[in-house]
Amino acid sequence: MTTSPASPAAAPSSSGERPASTATGPAGTTGPAARSARRWRGLLAPAAVLAALALLPYSALEIPVLLDGPVNSPGSLQLLALCLVFGGLALGYDLMFGRTGLLSFGHALYVAGGAYGTQLAMTELGLGLFPAIGLALAGGTAAAVLLGAVSLRGLALGGIGFAMVTLAFAQAGSIWVQRNPGGLTGGEEGLPLHTDGVPAALVGVENTANVYWLALAYLALTAAVVWTAVARPVGRVWQGIRDNEQRVSVLGYDPFRHKLGVFVLASALGVLGGALHLLVTAGATPRSSTPEFTLTLLVMVVLGGSGTRWGPLIGGVLFTFLDQRLAVLASSDLVHGLPGALRAPLSEPMVILGTLFVIAVYAAPGGIASIRRSLTWRRGEETR
Amino acid sequence: MSTLVLLTLTGLGLGALYFLIASGLALIFGLMDVLNFAHGAFLTVSAYAAWRTAETVGGTGGLALAVLVGTATGALLAIVVELVLIRRLYGRPREQILVTVGLSLAIPALVQAVWGADSRPFPVPDALSGTVSVLGAQVPVSRFVLIAVALAVLAAVTLFLSRTRYGLIVRAGVEDRAMVTALGIDVTRAFTLVFAIGGALAGLAGVLGGLYFGSLSPHQGTSLLVFAFVVVVIGGMGSIPGVALSALAVGLVQQYANYYVDGYGDFAVVVLLAAVVLARPAPRLAGGVA
Amino acid sequence: MSTNPEAGSGTDPGPSPVLSVRDLRVRIGQSSILQGVGFDVAPTGTTALLGRNGVGKTTTVRAVLGLLPEGGEVTGGTVRLDGADVTGHRTHTVVRRGVGYVPEDRGVFGSLTVAENLALAERGSGPHHYDLVHDLFPELKTRRGQRAGTLSGGQQQMVALARALLNDNRLVIVDEPTKGLAPRVVTEVAEVLRRAAERVPVLLVEQNLAVVRRLARDAVVLDAGRTVHTGDAAALLTDRELTTSLLGVGRHERPGQAGGQPGEQSGEQSGEQGQREHATKETTP
Repeated sequence: MTTSPASPAAAPSSSGERPASTATGPAGTTGPAARSARRWRGLLAPAAVLAALALLPYSALEIPVLLDGPVNSPGSLQLLALCLVFGGLALGYDLMFGRTGLLSFGHALYVAGGAYGTQLAMTELGLGLFPAIGLALAGGTAAAVLLGAVSLRGLALGGIGFAMVTLAFAQAGSIWVQRNPGGLTGGEEGLPLHTDGVPAALVGVENTANVYWLALAYLALTAAVVWTAVARPVGRVWQGIRDNEQRVSVLGYDPFRHKLGVFVLASALGVLGGALHLLVTAGATPRSSTPEFTLTLLVMVVLGGSGTRWGPLIGGVLFTFLDQRLAVLASSDLVHGLPGALRAPLSEPMVILGTLFVIAVYAAPGGIASIRRSLTWRRGEETR
Repeated sequence: MSTLVLLTLTGLGLGALYFLIASGLALIFGLMDVLNFAHGAFLTVSAYAAWRTAETVGGTGGLALAVLVGTATGALLAIVVELVLIRRLYGRPREQILVTVGLSLAIPALVQAVWGADSRPFPVPDALSGTVSVLGAQVPVSRFVLIAVALAVLAAVTLFLSRTRYGLIVRAGVEDRAMVTALGIDVTRAFTLVFAIGGALAGLAGVLGGLYFGSLSPHQGTSLLVFAFVVVVIGGMGSIPGVALSALAVGLVQQYANYYVDGYGDFAVVVLLAAVVLARPAPRLAGGVA
Repeated sequence: MSTNPEAGSGTDPGPSPVLSVRDLRVRIGQSSILQGVGFDVAPTGTTALLGRNGVGKTTTVRAVLGLLPEGGEVTGGTVRLDGADVTGHRTHTVVRRGVGYVPEDRGVFGSLTVAENLALAERGSGPHHYDLVHDLFPELKTRRGQRAGTLSGGQQQMVALARALLNDNRLVIVDEPTKGLAPRVVTEVAEVLRRAAERVPVLLVEQNLAVVRRLARDAVVLDAGRTVHTGDAAALLTDRELTTSLLGVGRHERPGQAGGQPGEQSGEQSGEQGQREHATKETTP
């Protein structure tokens, strides 16, 4: 099953490189010089985006409606940092969903594991922030190996089996968190960030920019890992598993090991993202452990365009931004003044986002990334 | 002894609830390959519709009417979703799942926006709020209602599947949908029918869930749905007797473990699932979504 | 089923074909499976669809029925059934025009009983020829309550054939009915197909050339997704050069070897060959 109806264009370009016939005209600039030039161009865009994002805390630009304060105000920076974290989380989740074709409903388990694990390693073991993150990462990865192996056995029941088993594990984790065993997890309330363990430069409103940069570093790291991995031979095996698993095993690759590998890698990135979520929101919330959390990651990936380079990232950032801003709008006087029939849907961001998502599945099945691609594809076809 | 009896009957009641939700899920998945995430939303909306009815009318008659309204709401919602949304994505199971995921996020949020996030008490008429003494245990009457309804539904669904032409089409379609169309049968009508049955059962489960828990909340359907999924996976997708047995097992395990292992019933269910998955023999054809 | 008065007369112009495929092109995923398949199925007798493994025989049949697998689509050409264009129509609407189909894997519902398998195949208000079916397959009557999944391969094939013969059909399509069956059962199946072809035209995909020789009057040969030969079946099978180049058969069996008796059909063939050879030219663009 391909993720985009424009599959002739989608499949090759999902590895990050566009086939020459679609990217270039009939002149056929396919020589090694052109290829290396393209690789440089490939690095240029991420570098420019990274630089622009890194400079945002120096901008005092006011963007009315979109942001409450100037870009470099703590409120705006925190919102942007949250968007970046979700951009990274969505990108990591897409390693499974878009790149390998594994539909997991249990990613929240690892995100919550990263948040609660880091927090608990600081409070219970007295570790500093970074050793605590390291411990959470190690524990989360080990859990991913074990639970991933069991979940992948669920594939014996078809793709749905895997989805259901991951869902069940995540649900168990979510219930555990909300039960508040031994007062460890704070139950429904969650836990406020244990600031004693966190370096002073990352604590307090005045240091929001530092947290923002850390979130940006997480996103950059995730993007680097994901983009590098999918361009390597292992990435092509993942893509092969997605398109036709039998062919992959005929070629002598072990699909199980590759699927477990991608599950563990995505889960590790999820654990890191959870730790960042803890820092950016200054607390661990049980919401990050729920099945709904995983579903929103899925929605972000699909909205942005699964299996593409930028799609999941853009989807994660935009969805989070909309979610946060719609929540602000919902509590504003503007909405409270509306008649009931309009007020109700507007007072819950998820009503709008869920509806938007359903529409998007029909209107833009390949996500935001596909809209641009379908334009270039059409142009490319004329030159054939 | 009386504790065991109470636990068993409570577990059976819970299993009955799971069966009502899971049987619809299994039929829909078995026939159409659609993992219906909106099933919980059907349940929630039906439960609120039933709650409004029972509140307005009151008494046992109000509850009876609420059962009708809830079941009809579930069926109607399911039919609309199938005809308007799912049908256009025929042959694209992944997109179908995504659409139901979108609904599962939007609909409970809408319910929450209209009736608030807090749980509401469900009006249980006096006739059903009492207890019955069984072997020394005081068992709430509602448990027996649930068990009786589930048994009746099991009998009705079994009869439908074995005695009617549409039942025949559904059973054959679960096995090989393409071959059913190759016999000249318009299988999409069976899709709508199965969605309607699943929605009606989810609606019924919404009303009975209100009785069982004595309350309802916007996310009740979603959390019940997760366990219904577990029931479907354990019971084997598309097999009604399998789902019935599995619902029974999950309900009992959950209740026993909750009592004897200190509130760890949900974990016990997940462990049961993992054990079943690991014990399952060699992979069947890996199709579907992955 | 009314028998066509022109059956076997071989006059020119011949009776209009029951199935007419022209320049059919199919893509599955990224690969072009069919790149121009064209042939006619005469309104009487058996037309064999031949070719080596993987040349697109089953894809052709499935494309005619609108049964392509996920990711497959008809990208060109037409399929006409009794003159009506059914290209790309949904499967059940094509079948309701009067097509019986026996797929390669038989498509028997294993969890249903024999009787239920047949009941499911009942189309419209009938008539449903249970008398014929029970006459052809007396065993199915005694096993009507048995689950089809517990039947032997040969018995399952009988169920599949019975489903296709239950209704009044304009055409029956049978895909590799003798695959994986014991020689004795092959003979039985071939005999059933011979009797079936007396009532309704049959499009037969078959690898067993002895069976083809016994049953088929016309032959269509595919290679690499194209029609490469259409014409008289007996003539094709006796031409060693053609069978070698088209079917990859080096030394094919002597006539009459595996129950095949080509002689009994050759009589009604003469005179049609030229006309059918002509069809080859039409179908190649």
